[in-house]
Amino acid sequence: MPERTPLDRVRDFFEVNEGYRLDHAAFEAERCLRCQDPVCIEGCPVNIPIPDFIHAIAAHNMPEAARLLRTANPLPAICGRVCPQEVQCEMLCHMTNRFRPVAIGALERFVADWERDQPVEQISGESTDKPARPARKEKVAVIGAGPAGLVCAGELARLGYSVTVYEGLHAPGGVLRYGIPEFRLPKDILDWEIDMLKRSGVEIVCNVIIGKTLTLDQLFDEFGFSAVFIGSGAGLPQFLGIPGENLNGVLSANEFLTRINLMRAYAFPESDTPLHLGKRVAVIGAGNTAMDAVRSSLRMGAEEGHIVYRRSEKEMTARIEEHHHAIEEGVQFHWLTNPIEILGDDEGWVTGLKCVRMELGEPDESGRARPIPIPDSEFVLPMDNVVLAVGTTPNPLLVKSAAGLETTPKGCFVAEETSGRTTRRRVYAGGDAVTGAATVILAAGAGKRAAEAIHADLNEDAGRED
Amino acid sequence: MYEILEKHTLTPITKLFRIKAELIARAARPGQFIILRVHEAGERIPLTIADYDSETGTITIVVQEVGATTRRLGALEEGEYILDLVGPLGNPIDIPEGGHIVGVGGGFGAAALLCFMRSATLRGDRTTTIVGARNKDLLLLVDELRIASRNLEICTDDGSTGFKGFVTERLKQMIDGDPPGRPDYIVAIGPMPMMRAVAETTRESEIPTLVSMDPIMVDGTGMCGGCRVTVGDTVKFACVDGPCFDAHQVDFDEAIRRTKTYLREQETACKRLETEGVIHAS
Ligand SMILES: Cc1cc2nc3c(=O)[nH]c(=O)nc-3n(C[C@H](O)[C@H](O)[C@H](O)COP(=O)(O)OP(=O)(O)OC[C@H]3O[C@@H](n4cnc5c(N)ncnc54)[C@H](O)[C@@H]3O)c2cc1C
Ligand SMILES: Cc1cc2nc3c(=O)[nH]c(=O)nc-3n(C[C@H](O)[C@H](O)[C@H](O)COP(=O)(O)OP(=O)(O)OC[C@H]3O[C@@H](n4cnc5c(N)ncnc54)[C@H](O)[C@@H]3O)c2cc1C
Ligand code: SF4
Ligand code: SF4
Ligand code: FES
Repeated sequence: MPERTPLDRVRDFFEVNEGYRLDHAAFEAERCLRCQDPVCIEGCPVNIPIPDFIHAIAAHNMPEAARLLRTANPLPAICGRVCPQEVQCEMLCHMTNRFRPVAIGALERFVADWERDQPVEQISGESTDKPARPARKEKVAVIGAGPAGLVCAGELARLGYSVTVYEGLHAPGGVLRYGIPEFRLPKDILDWEIDMLKRSGVEIVCNVIIGKTLTLDQLFDEFGFSAVFIGSGAGLPQFLGIPGENLNGVLSANEFLTRINLMRAYAFPESDTPLHLGKRVAVIGAGNTAMDAVRSSLRMGAEEGHIVYRRSEKEMTARIEEHHHAIEEGVQFHWLTNPIEILGDDEGWVTGLKCVRMELGEPDESGRARPIPIPDSEFVLPMDNVVLAVGTTPNPLLVKSAAGLETTPKGCFVAEETSGRTTRRRVYAGGDAVTGAATVILAAGAGKRAAEAIHADLNEDAGRED
Repeated sequence: MYEILEKHTLTPITKLFRIKAELIARAARPGQFIILRVHEAGERIPLTIADYDSETGTITIVVQEVGATTRRLGALEEGEYILDLVGPLGNPIDIPEGGHIVGVGGGFGAAALLCFMRSATLRGDRTTTIVGARNKDLLLLVDELRIASRNLEICTDDGSTGFKGFVTERLKQMIDGDPPGRPDYIVAIGPMPMMRAVAETTRESEIPTLVSMDPIMVDGTGMCGGCRVTVGDTVKFACVDGPCFDAHQVDFDEAIRRTKTYLREQETACKRLETEGVIHAS
């Protein structure tokens, strides 16, 4: 896929990938073999009919490609951009053995981007300006406007329920809004998706935290909701517990990215929220969050961006493309390097990161080689900022205020995988709140399955079938 | 959008707003706070819920203009709107019944104590509020606080009214037995240096003392960790674990140092506000 050159893109937040043109896309689509056993579909968590939509592109039948995509994935423009395709659909593609896989993600993105350029009425099937009147009398509440909640809400609206989404922050989108940066996922796309949802009749109420502003019980007892879906994500940042973590200039990746994305610190002082960065920024971790943080630091004006990770390159969890782009943009990687202390000056500002070199030992519980410190290998990387991207866990705000909801020791909601049913009647959960930090498409899939289960259960309550 | 129903100027830099916010007014408890945003490009800032009324669906906040956002807010008028308002956040102040409860307020802290002192008084506790300011023109809500607590002690640095000296000096006298008597529980809200001074004043006597920490916050829901405060040997998030903590355990040096993270940017923002004027939400 065409992309902007590293030198051109590394100082701004505009999108890196430029996307296909129709001739490119049709050419790539021709590469698909339309296999008898399209294993690529099994690699996709929502089982998109991959060969069919790709075939439609090859046949220049874009409306059909768009329709096929939307039947399986309500967020194609987003997933086409951020799915870890190399371990999902594209990993299984039969072409992968001998050539490179069909660029399924890029094609998905192409179709979705084409769709966004079409007249809205055509896409949503609206005949008038008014949203369709709900066919069902039951109301369903959704907690959290991340991908899990948004997809669940969209499906329920399609099934005829009136749906209200409650979001704690001042803008919907979840991680898509506050975490994933503009240069990977332009906010226009998110806004468009949310606009489509609203047109389909979904009501989104921001600035309401369930567990604080309203309780789960109130949603049922006072507001008369018949079912509630929890898509509250895994937003609580973890810290390492090493000395110096509270020095000035040490931030969680969540704070760092939220300041930039949700609060638009890149536009300071046109926007009021600042970010204070020095010349050298170290990001600890090697997942998508870490790559987003380190690449954002360069765009915010840092001269050096470093990734510090205690395991090796092989164990990195970021998408290949992000790692690749980070290398091109000049990010420096310190593999097998474990931070043990953050050093500061007399005024409490970060001056460096003390690390110890690691080597790989036997595999641990996660099946990955366990890193072991090499004795007497300590050294200091001079740094002005340290950003921690070492994982997140579900936020306990909601659980603390609601009875009957079981959680795992890690704070994840206990919920059936196929239906999202929790331990409390007519309460469902899905996405990162259930799995811990995972992916957009898994969250979307969980939201969709929960909507189907809610529909089935409410039908049962009403003693009817359809 | 949240409508401003009333605005009062308490001192030249301190404004009181009564705002329509039904859900928050119903859920609020003394000691909790809200986060608001004044305009589309605005920062999220935390402010204590000074008072709330579930019947009229309103909350009261008192804001001291110290920087760009608080000045933008201070410039809003009755009938105008606040763009975003979320809450109630944090935990209510939790002090057992039955003792002599002393609230110590400095700056906006006097207002922040109002609904807590009233609720403690109403449940039958012996209550004293000590408020302080540089001079009598800078005191806030004296009449309201007088009604809300059994005793009101006023301190001014220049002696223009009440006791001449700091709130901590008056507190010390009470700990030593002066009327209205030795406190059983203390809660202090105000600038961090004041809260630290209160912590030092009560440390030796081991009187349980709470301070309401006001670190820099972003989301207020535990999502960013920017508000972390060291209490004893653990790191807490003030927005979800606090904002009140055991005063004798809080690392004030660190907390004060952390509020200085954005000093340079705060100056830039203020300069910009001066040259470009205030942007209204409505
Ligand atoms: C920086 C970063 C980069 C990532 N990159 C990728 C990527 O490239 N590809 C990929 O597939 N995945 C990526 N992920 C992971 C992916 O974003 C998440 O798995 C996904 O967003 C989870 O969706 P969700 O709907 O479960 O939760 P979230 O997106 O976390 O949304 C939860 C929403 O609920 C709200 N909420 C929480 N509690 C309450 C409450 N009590 N009341 C009201 N609202 C509440 C939150 O404010 C939030 O808006 C990334 C994650 C991060 C942080
Ligand atoms: C839980 C909580 C409750 C609060 N309640 C109130 C309240 O009821 N009324 C009120 O007026 N203020 C209150 N504050 C403080 C208020 O949030 C800050 O004054 C405000 O964020 C400053 O924003 P600004 O953009 O106007 O100023 P900035 O430009 O951000 O700061 C200007 C000056 O204020 C200092 N400052 C910045 N943030 C804080 C802070 N959080 N605490 C103390 N000093 C700070 C800076 O060091 C600087 O000198 C509370 C803070 C918290 C965390
Ligand atoms: S949603 Fe993700 S996994 Fe499924 S086809 Fe699209 S890119 Fe592949
Ligand atoms: S496996 Fe690859 S080649 Fe075969 S149908 Fe799927 S995308 Fe096409
Ligand atoms: S303000 Fe973000 S975690 Fe407390």
